[in-house]
Amino acid sequence: MSVGSALPHESAALHVTGHALYTDDLVHRTRGALHAHPVCSPHAHARVTRLDPTPALEVAGVVRVLTAADVPGVNDAGVKGDEPLFPDEVMFVGHAVCWVLGETPEAARLGAAAVEVDYESLPSVVALTEAIEVGSFQGGRPVVGRGDTERALAEAAHVFSGTTEMAGQEHFYLETHAALALVDEGGQVFVQSSTQHPSETQEIVAHVLGLHNHAVTVQCLRMGGGFGGKEMQPHGFAAVAALGATLTGRPVRLRLTRTQDMTMTGKRHGFHAQWRVGFDDAGRLQALEATLTSDGGWSLDLSEPVLARALCHVDNAYWIPHVLLHGRVARTHKTSQTAFRGFGGPQGMLVVEDVLGRCAPLLGIDPIELRRRNFYVAGQTTPYGQPVRHPERVLRAWEQVISTGEVARRSAEVAAFNASHAHARRGLAMTPVKFGISFNFTAFNQAGALVHVYKDGSVLINHGGTEMGQGLHTKMLQVAATSLGVPLGRVRLAPTRTDKVPNTSATAASSGADLNGGAVKDACEQIRHRLVDLDRGRGLPWEELVREAYFTRVQLWAAGFYRTEGIHWDSTVMQGHPFKYFAYGVAATEVEVDGFTGAYRTRRVDVVHDVGDSLSPLVDLGQVEGGFVQGAGWLTLEDLRWDESDGPGRGRLTTQTASTYKLPSLGELPGELNVAFLDRAHEDGVVFGSKAVGEPPLMLALSVREALRQAAAAFGPPGTSVDLASPATPEAVFWALERARGSRDHHLVEGLPGVVPDRPDPAAPRLHPRSEQVAPVHVPSEV
Amino acid sequence: MSDPHVTVNGQDRPLAGLPAHTSALDLVRGLGLTGAKEGCAEGECGACAVLVLRPHGDDSRWTPVNACLVPAVALDGQEVLTAEGLGTPDDLHPVQSELAERGGSQCGYCTPGFVCSMAGEYYRPDRPEGFDLHALSGNLCRCTGYRPIRDAADALGPPPGSDALAQRQQRSAPGPVPTRTDGFVRPLDLAEALALLGEHPDATVLAGATDLGVEVNLRGRRPTYVVAIDRLPELRELSTGDPIEIGAALTLSEVEATLGAEVPLLDEVWPQFASPLIRNGATIGGNLGTASPIGDLAPALLALDASVVLVSSRGEREVPLSGYFTGYRETARRPGELVRSVRVPRPLPGLTAFHKVAKRRYDDISSIAVGFGLDVVDGTVVRARIGLGGVAATPIRALATEAALEGRAWARDTVEAASEVLRGEGTPIDDQRASAAYRSAMLGNALRRLWAETTGGSR
Repeated sequence: MSVGSALPHESAALHVTGHALYTDDLVHRTRGALHAHPVCSPHAHARVTRLDPTPALEVAGVVRVLTAADVPGVNDAGVKGDEPLFPDEVMFVGHAVCWVLGETPEAARLGAAAVEVDYESLPSVVALTEAIEVGSFQGGRPVVGRGDTERALAEAAHVFSGTTEMAGQEHFYLETHAALALVDEGGQVFVQSSTQHPSETQEIVAHVLGLHNHAVTVQCLRMGGGFGGKEMQPHGFAAVAALGATLTGRPVRLRLTRTQDMTMTGKRHGFHAQWRVGFDDAGRLQALEATLTSDGGWSLDLSEPVLARALCHVDNAYWIPHVLLHGRVARTHKTSQTAFRGFGGPQGMLVVEDVLGRCAPLLGIDPIELRRRNFYVAGQTTPYGQPVRHPERVLRAWEQVISTGEVARRSAEVAAFNASHAHARRGLAMTPVKFGISFNFTAFNQAGALVHVYKDGSVLINHGGTEMGQGLHTKMLQVAATSLGVPLGRVRLAPTRTDKVPNTSATAASSGADLNGGAVKDACEQIRHRLVDLDRGRGLPWEELVREAYFTRVQLWAAGFYRTEGIHWDSTVMQGHPFKYFAYGVAATEVEVDGFTGAYRTRRVDVVHDVGDSLSPLVDLGQVEGGFVQGAGWLTLEDLRWDESDGPGRGRLTTQTASTYKLPSLGELPGELNVAFLDRAHEDGVVFGSKAVGEPPLMLALSVREALRQAAAAFGPPGTSVDLASPATPEAVFWALERARGSRDHHLVEGLPGVVPDRPDPAAPRLHPRSEQVAPVHVPSEV
Repeated sequence: MSDPHVTVNGQDRPLAGLPAHTSALDLVRGLGLTGAKEGCAEGECGACAVLVLRPHGDDSRWTPVNACLVPAVALDGQEVLTAEGLGTPDDLHPVQSELAERGGSQCGYCTPGFVCSMAGEYYRPDRPEGFDLHALSGNLCRCTGYRPIRDAADALGPPPGSDALAQRQQRSAPGPVPTRTDGFVRPLDLAEALALLGEHPDATVLAGATDLGVEVNLRGRRPTYVVAIDRLPELRELSTGDPIEIGAALTLSEVEATLGAEVPLLDEVWPQFASPLIRNGATIGGNLGTASPIGDLAPALLALDASVVLVSSRGEREVPLSGYFTGYRETARRPGELVRSVRVPRPLPGLTAFHKVAKRRYDDISSIAVGFGLDVVDGTVVRARIGLGGVAATPIRALATEAALEGRAWARDTVEAASEVLRGEGTPIDDQRASAAYRSAMLGNALRRLWAETTGGSR
């Protein structure tokens, strides 16, 4: 049985020897490729008043400059019509106004420097708070509501209000964006792209070129990391390469440098939240009112669905009887923020964990107990109307972590340590995760696969998902081998291409294995059924059976299809049953904070995570651990800074290199990291009883932030409530512990009216189902 | 003089015709060895790491470096290994099989770089303490969270005696060769180097390229005439007499290995200074030559009262480090002069410490760095030297704080008063690394922390 075996990544031997190929490695196997380099705006917001490419053409080795005039189709790189590929109004520092093609990267770079562009500077909005002040918003403003928050707050025993701000996060996939385009025989455009969404890359390339989709093929061999950053962002780069290839007749390679990638492409949304919360005397949540504003950057991109998911995760694992959640997307002159592992879920959850972490000391209830007391129980529904199935799994995971993580003993040790050390404090915190699985937008929850059995009995599978390191291909090989009943070595997987499986969804929303696994299994079962019928109980060996099938004209290949059943969603009212199921997890984290500097170490982490019946335990373990560390990076270390001054650098990302934007390194690995999968976790109706695992573990890292909060509070008197900035860098922790030492001011307002969240504007547009749809189809006039 | 060439994975490869700014990474990728990747082009992520055979006494060592920073022509005559040269998918190297089997690769993009860093440590002889995980602090992985990489490293035993790469280390590395291409010269002795610099006063001096490589890659710098000095024998000597004299062209890794625990303050600096991939390239002279206001070595050397020996065709002179830095990235070094060595006088201060404050524990640029060198005799501070980085346009001495300590009892109230003075030293600024207020607070707390640590007051 292959499914359930702990196998290494299917490309591991290629990875470690340098033999695995990524998009940009192909340029060394492609004769005569040209190299593309952007001309980027130095302004946060400006009108292009003159663009003269002729000086670039005088640079040795420059072949062509691509401008808006060259676009035969639609000059737009997005799906909403708000992202001109070659803009005449630049909307952020780094916005590309044109691209230079050169014989060498050096020629293209020098050519780009020679292009003359005049700008007329326009007013800009940079900080999220600035956008809120001046009312700079874009897109729909959804509201999730249940009950009567106003009355419930008025009747609650304890009411607190405050604001919570959190920064975004740079994906920092190690492989920057890359595309290599060429024109094949018969005018067929072939684009190799580092993309999580080949079908959408294909569609955008086609509409930019004015071609039907069938004239464009996109292939993704594998990505050097994606994390959501290659869901929507690769399209424009692929289109530029494809446009260059069609105009010059030569292959065109486009690869961003790290600084280009960081300054030109979208990131996780930073969020701002205003909230009021009511508790009863026992600390049970009575009501939560909140306005969440995300920093969408210059265009909508995926900001609306990200916001929708954020609102759908403010409850996390907690029952809140009365809820009013209001969301809006700020428009700022920054990169267009986009999908990033968790897709708004982490930001939504951070709000409620921040609320609980800050209020627990004021309620006089231990944070671990406060959280547990508020867990969903069977029969309750989320604020958006979906019954919470298996809520007991959170409690089971919680109790398992308390037991295997020796939380009681260690909490006592933490207290003893804190009582006996003058300059250091420890904190031990636990947080739960409940994460909804499926695309909110129902139509995306479908997938296709193509499975071939060749006459020699070997099997080749194609499916619509892309491999970015998450182990999807490993799982698909296992699903195919098990479904066909053949050894794993008999099955091979071919790279993802749009001419093999059409109309695919992004490999996103953690859904890759659920959807594509369903489709691969369907295709394999079709073949298997035919072969079983043919065998008629003789028990022929596989090779013989396959040979006989061919000679008796039994079809040895099949197209598989899968759609997730039982889900529905109405985004105009933000109600429905958008998720097939919830993935659950619990983490306990212990940290130690140095009182002199605010520097800290994560001493120990214990995780119990619900992956259903694991398809591939080593892969799933990697997703849990990697997600946790990436989440910890977002919450503690990774510090996006933008120049918000009125100086000449306004709008510039000041952390645009690896030397200024720091990811977790091996030194941030917790001293002890124990991960267990929740047992008895079979999930009905999902491929082999498994659960999605890509995103949910990232949010386990909220326990790190809460542990830091508790450690900082321990520098003050008992009952100190700490307001901790996010990311909780050493500096942020230092200021938090200084405040804790200095006073009992807790930065929360007690009682009503308090901080009143900005109210939904009844006239504001709601989300529209189209918010999450792909582009209006551009049909070329004639073919 | 033969045309420049380099041995890559055992195959001889020509270097002729490459401009001086072409990196070793572009070279190997151009050969179709695409395992080494560009992740950041500034020596921060390690995805480009390759192994270079470097001299080590009479033996040699496979030494991992960032190929994105090293100019290809600087490797003339040397031996280079990439991940492809260590093993193949059908015949994995032990480092590769441990990583592969334990889930040490997910997207795989950083993996060949990790393989090279890990192999460098694997081949370090005499490591009874096991695998030093610091060897991997210059490699970033965005997928795994590092636990399986750590486990793979911990699982590695010593290489078998039959291992050809281990055996290769028992013979000497190729010596320097006199490279001369269009725009790049490697002289073989100091006199020749100084003569070249005399003729070309605006020449770019190349040592480990860990600074120049960043300028080339990120800021488009294209030096027209490069003089490589990193293998000059006169600049590669180290004496532990009085003074301790450290040759400018020794890499920080070489200084670390040769000095051992001889200078406890420097021993405290090394693990906090960038990453092994950088320390394997960066030289002590280069660190002072580029005169970063932050560079972590300068605050420590200031605390040790070090001086710099400058040499030119007109002779040598010794400049105290406290007078060496003259402005933002400016020094007392004149055109045509080279840093020959760094001198550290004996006796060394009795009480030393290096406090670095940064966002990340390892391989991060300091928000501030403080080097302490105190002599406490019979409970009185008789001499204080405090070097600061990150709080002014140059590394500086905390002169007012030194005065507030000297002649006073090493006691809590002295420390408190001096900490308040230290807090006001320099002119710290707000930037993306830290606020000015935090930098000042950290200055003050550095001395308090030293007091707490040295008096057992940490409990």
